[in-house]
Amino acid sequence: MPHIRRGAFVLALDNRFDSGTSTLLWQQYPDAHGSRDPFLVNNGARSPVRMRAFAGARLSLISEMPAVAAMPDHRQAMSSCLSAAPAAVAPLPDGLALSGCWTAFGISPLDRELDKVATGGAQAMAIDGTRVEALDTVGVWVLQYLLQRLRDEGVTTTLRGWRPEFERLIDLIEDSPPPPLTPAPQRRRLERIGRSVGAALEQLYALLSFVGESALALAAGIAHPARIRWRTILHNVQSAGVAALPIVGLLSFLLGIVVAYQGADQLRRYGANIYVADLVGLSMLREFAPLITAIIAAGRSGSAYAAQIGTMTVTEEIDAMRTLGIAPLDVLVLPKIIALMIALPLLTVYADICGVAGGMLMAQAKLGVGYAEFLDRFVNAVQPSTYLIGIGKAPVFAIIIAVVGCFQGFRTHGGADSVGRQTTRSVVHATFLVIVADALFSIVFSILDL
Amino acid sequence: MENTARTGQRNEVVIELRGVSTRYGERVVHENLDLDVRRAEIFALVGGSGSGKSTLLREMILLQRPDAGTVRVLGVDLGSLNEREQHALLKRIGVLFQHGGLFGSLNVRENIGLPLREHTRLNDELIDRIAAWKLALTGLEPATAALYPSELSGGMLKRASFARALALDPELLFLDEPTAGLDPASAAGVDQLVTMLRDTFGLTIVMITHDLDLLWQVADRVAVLGDGRVQAVGSMAELAGSDRPLVRQFFEGARGRAAQAQQALTTH
Repeated sequence: MPHIRRGAFVLALDNRFDSGTSTLLWQQYPDAHGSRDPFLVNNGARSPVRMRAFAGARLSLISEMPAVAAMPDHRQAMSSCLSAAPAAVAPLPDGLALSGCWTAFGISPLDRELDKVATGGAQAMAIDGTRVEALDTVGVWVLQYLLQRLRDEGVTTTLRGWRPEFERLIDLIEDSPPPPLTPAPQRRRLERIGRSVGAALEQLYALLSFVGESALALAAGIAHPARIRWRTILHNVQSAGVAALPIVGLLSFLLGIVVAYQGADQLRRYGANIYVADLVGLSMLREFAPLITAIIAAGRSGSAYAAQIGTMTVTEEIDAMRTLGIAPLDVLVLPKIIALMIALPLLTVYADICGVAGGMLMAQAKLGVGYAEFLDRFVNAVQPSTYLIGIGKAPVFAIIIAVVGCFQGFRTHGGADSVGRQTTRSVVHATFLVIVADALFSIVFSILDL
Repeated sequence: MENTARTGQRNEVVIELRGVSTRYGERVVHENLDLDVRRAEIFALVGGSGSGKSTLLREMILLQRPDAGTVRVLGVDLGSLNEREQHALLKRIGVLFQHGGLFGSLNVRENIGLPLREHTRLNDELIDRIAAWKLALTGLEPATAALYPSELSGGMLKRASFARALALDPELLFLDEPTAGLDPASAAGVDQLVTMLRDTFGLTIVMITHDLDLLWQVADRVAVLGDGRVQAVGSMAELAGSDRPLVRQFFEGARGRAAQAQQALTTH
């Protein structure tokens, strides 16, 4: 092997080394031993790579290259490794020689192999860190783990040849007592059931209190109409009602078409084409129009209420309002409930018209029932009570949607993610309750024979 | 102590900005801005609101690209990186976001262990132990590990996200307002933590802060941003003697004078 001057770089054209070669190099050039990084390999890549990166293969050519000042100072921060040399442990006559990058990335392959390191019956072992290139806290932890195991086997260990900054890091971690691992609390099934039932009951209780508070606020508003914020109400009517016209109109129109289309085949079979007016009229006016309108409102307005109030809760606007002596219920909740109670019935009427128009269109196209005929029959078939029942449901749905939306908004706590969760919840709960209420209406009406 | 961590590389530049310009529509945030951050120094960016501190920070951590100019971090030009190289670089960088940036769906321990779980093949127990230690390093109780971010107070949140930024033992740490919203005792803890990290691990720290105590006690060099440029760079003592109006503005006022007076007391 050629003589290598102290501080010189080694250039390997074929960048293949094995650990034996590198050990040999260390022994052959004790001169180099004193310097920190005597061997650098330039394998044609732009950046120099240390020799120990190439453990596992044979070194075929070494030539000398003068130390170049232009090379960047290759000592990186302690935790970084210029090479990708993984951490390794090799036996020494009197202990263990550690090498490579003892960092989070370099140590992974070694992690489980440490258990295999044998003591060979020695009483004392020196842990040589001369050739450790980089060390970070992960490396120190793994080292501690190794030392602890050796100590458990009755071996006295000493550290040797570690860079001062590495020693400092080792001391730092050794001095700090290992913090106890506190496991995440495990809950038993029964406890989980109990907790979720408790949470559901608590939510129900809170909802009832909220309904009560809103009712009181509404009563106070009726007693002192001057306190009601009409401007806010009108604004809400605009956003929940007028702005919803296109979507409500389109969907109920399509629904009317679907109902007429589905009925058309059956009716034609019995030659009862004209009864399409009964079918569309009754189903739209009584059930579909109020329901579809309420569901759209829950998705559009209920979620908006929850998101608005939720955001205001997170940004402490609600708290600010309270400290300024403004009741959030008066400002935020009542106008929304009143506005939706006005807007939803009106939207339902609009949905009735659009739905029937859709049915009419389909009746003419599929069954040959003309518009005049259809309307003639429609007037006879559909009682005003049917229409009023449909419209009458709307304010109830409106209360459900507005109350649930606002309630979920006020239930927001913590951060922005909670706003999203409460908004989703408001839509799901409102839709669910609207359909439950509709079912209850059907039962009540059938008992009352309406 | 300080010297050993910095031997021979006092002047090695780890972040180098040249001719950086950034615009939001019509508004010019940076105009031909140059800046150097050296290894193992604690570097602070200060400036009024809207002076582009956060934008500059985002440009250093690959979250945003400048409209013109080059940004070199740890010797690599950010403009020329492919996705793999970006990942490699990001593993060497830790970031403490202003509002923590902890994942709400994970508890504190999982948050800290996440980078290790994603990028290394260490076993779970070791990761949990390292996470617990990092947590202790930032001064949080071990019991905090099992809590979720929504259950933490502001100061705890900051410390926990500090611990996550340190998970991979980065070489370069970016701190966005590390003491904002902390009580004085916690803020002093951050002072010590930052100094300790630099001295022990040789970390380079770049921070945005308005905390004059932090600036006086901890920062090695401070860059004052204003009018799209770096108005002045230097130690706080040097800047205090500057006569540039935008730098003066920063030191004027009772708070600036109080912090300065306190600094004078502690040094003499």
